[in-house]
Amino acid sequence: MPELKLPDIDYAALLPMLILFGAACVGVLIEGFVPRSVRNMVQLVLSLAAMVAALVFVIRRAGEVTAENAATIGGAIMIDNMGLFMEGALLVLGLVSLLLFGERTLERGGAFVPHAAVTVGSERDREQAVDSGATEVYPLALFSLGGMLMFVTANDLLTMFVALEVFSLPLYLMCALARRKRLLSQESALKYFLLGAYASAFFLFGVAMIYGFAKGVDFRAIHEAVRGSETSPTLLLIGLALVAIGLLFKIAAAPFHVWTPDVYQGAPTPVTAFMAACTKAAAFGALLRVLYVGFDGAKWHFTPVLGAVAVLTMLVGAVLAVTQTDLKRLLAYSSVANAGYLMVGLLGGNKDGLSSTLFYLVAYGFTVIAAFALVSLVRDADGEATHLSRWAGLGRRSPLFAGIFTFLLLAFAGIPLTSGFMAKFGVFGAAIAGDQTWLVIFGVLTSIVLAFPYLRVVVMMWLSEPGETTPSVSIPGVLTSAVLGIGTVATLLLGVLPGPLLELADQASSFIR
Amino acid sequence: MSLSAYIPIVGLFALAAAFGLFSVAIAPFVGPRRFNRAKLDAYECGIEPTPQPIGGGRFPVKFYLTAMLFIIFDIEIIFLYPWAVSFDMLGLFGFVEMVLFIVAVFVAYTYVWRRGGLDWD
Repeated sequence: MPELKLPDIDYAALLPMLILFGAACVGVLIEGFVPRSVRNMVQLVLSLAAMVAALVFVIRRAGEVTAENAATIGGAIMIDNMGLFMEGALLVLGLVSLLLFGERTLERGGAFVPHAAVTVGSERDREQAVDSGATEVYPLALFSLGGMLMFVTANDLLTMFVALEVFSLPLYLMCALARRKRLLSQESALKYFLLGAYASAFFLFGVAMIYGFAKGVDFRAIHEAVRGSETSPTLLLIGLALVAIGLLFKIAAAPFHVWTPDVYQGAPTPVTAFMAACTKAAAFGALLRVLYVGFDGAKWHFTPVLGAVAVLTMLVGAVLAVTQTDLKRLLAYSSVANAGYLMVGLLGGNKDGLSSTLFYLVAYGFTVIAAFALVSLVRDADGEATHLSRWAGLGRRSPLFAGIFTFLLLAFAGIPLTSGFMAKFGVFGAAIAGDQTWLVIFGVLTSIVLAFPYLRVVVMMWLSEPGETTPSVSIPGVLTSAVLGIGTVATLLLGVLPGPLLELADQASSFIR
Repeated sequence: MSLSAYIPIVGLFALAAAFGLFSVAIAPFVGPRRFNRAKLDAYECGIEPTPQPIGGGRFPVKFYLTAMLFIIFDIEIIFLYPWAVSFDMLGLFGFVEMVLFIVAVFVAYTYVWRRGGLDWD
């Protein structure tokens, strides 16, 4: 009987992922065996510890990456500088948004409902109101984050597909667990699941087409096939288009963005923050790898098409943000527009484009997590009051929080001395250097349009009188305060002293093929 | 590679189609016709399609949970079979991987057991 030749497995390089998946399995066991009263605390501590440990191993790995040791498990995973940076960024952003999951002072039992199917207001619902909430979200978040780490380091399209499913499925579940506005939450989860499954099918079909073209699914084989092939590129173009649809769905680029406002609005706010920061970063990490490593030879084919998608994304995000009356939907359309700006950087197609996109992802992640943390504070008897009119006059009620939110909105708008300015400056500069000036023109124009809805919120908060129905701003617990502090300070620091992160992103902006 | 390798497959398809057509076409002529109540019921399980039950024919979510639990073990078995067949080739590494896989499934099973997924009422 012949012995099977095993691929080399570098466990040290895979340790961050293994820690997260292992901790998630332990988390599932905790759900079964630890008493309900302490479960939330145990889960929170375990998840945070796992993320910190994973982050430590990512940092220890930095600087040790060489062309020889980057690929592991037979080339299925590629831990290069770029992959390490994305892993670190995802872990940091995931760590900050996980703090929001643990918040219990704003609402009894937290933002997650243990039995989502129970009718609101029924006897059983009153019973479960005293419960500690659905603590399953912690293992789910860990599974999801582990999948994201795998997604940004996947070195072939099949591993990438598996990772896509691993990080998507827990997200669909978490979206359905909101304690308040339960039906809206479940509707959003169903929409996200159906559309997400559809997008995954597109991705997989594209992988099949590319396999037909390149006789392989790993990025080196695809790269060589694109470079050297004399055959007709039909299969390549169909395959690349289908794979791109799957990825553009995840980054919420128009016209694949329609799920975004519904899901961002319906999902529990901590999950929305997690999605806005981490899902976007993971999907962009994968898109960068696909386009820069696998298909860089087809640049002349995809740049105009993705450029058109970027322009459409910026326009749709900016124009529809103007018409929104719900704050979470407004932030969702702003997230769509930001996907457009990120694509501008990506389409620069040079090293600057890569590093500026990385910087943008981290900067935007911190700001958006802090913004959603603040949204979760403004509450009335029915939970979060997200309608814009309810925020009128909030500046008088609570100048501190209105001030922080104003600062975050200005960062979204890209005002100097905030991280938003440095990020936009970076991606637009990279696009001009890469001869994509037309994208920058649209980028600047839509930024001006997008400033209007942000400033309208600011004006409403400060210049209106608070009315009878103006909700109060809850005093945040330690965890939400920490998130607000970290997000705001990061937004300010990355605007004033962007040097260290820019340098780090610059060092990280190299792939190993 | 020539296409002749596919001719048996085409033949198989043709044979299968011919068998299906033949059985359906011949049944009304040669089959006995003895109707009783049980013959008109839906086969063994399932919901009567007509008349439409009140409330759309709801049934308890427990069935769904049990079915899903069955699928977990179904998939475990599907992965165990090829591993068992090539156990000698895979060696110790394959054994360790399989133990890890079974542990992972067992974690999910423990969760279901402890949280009352196996209790019918």
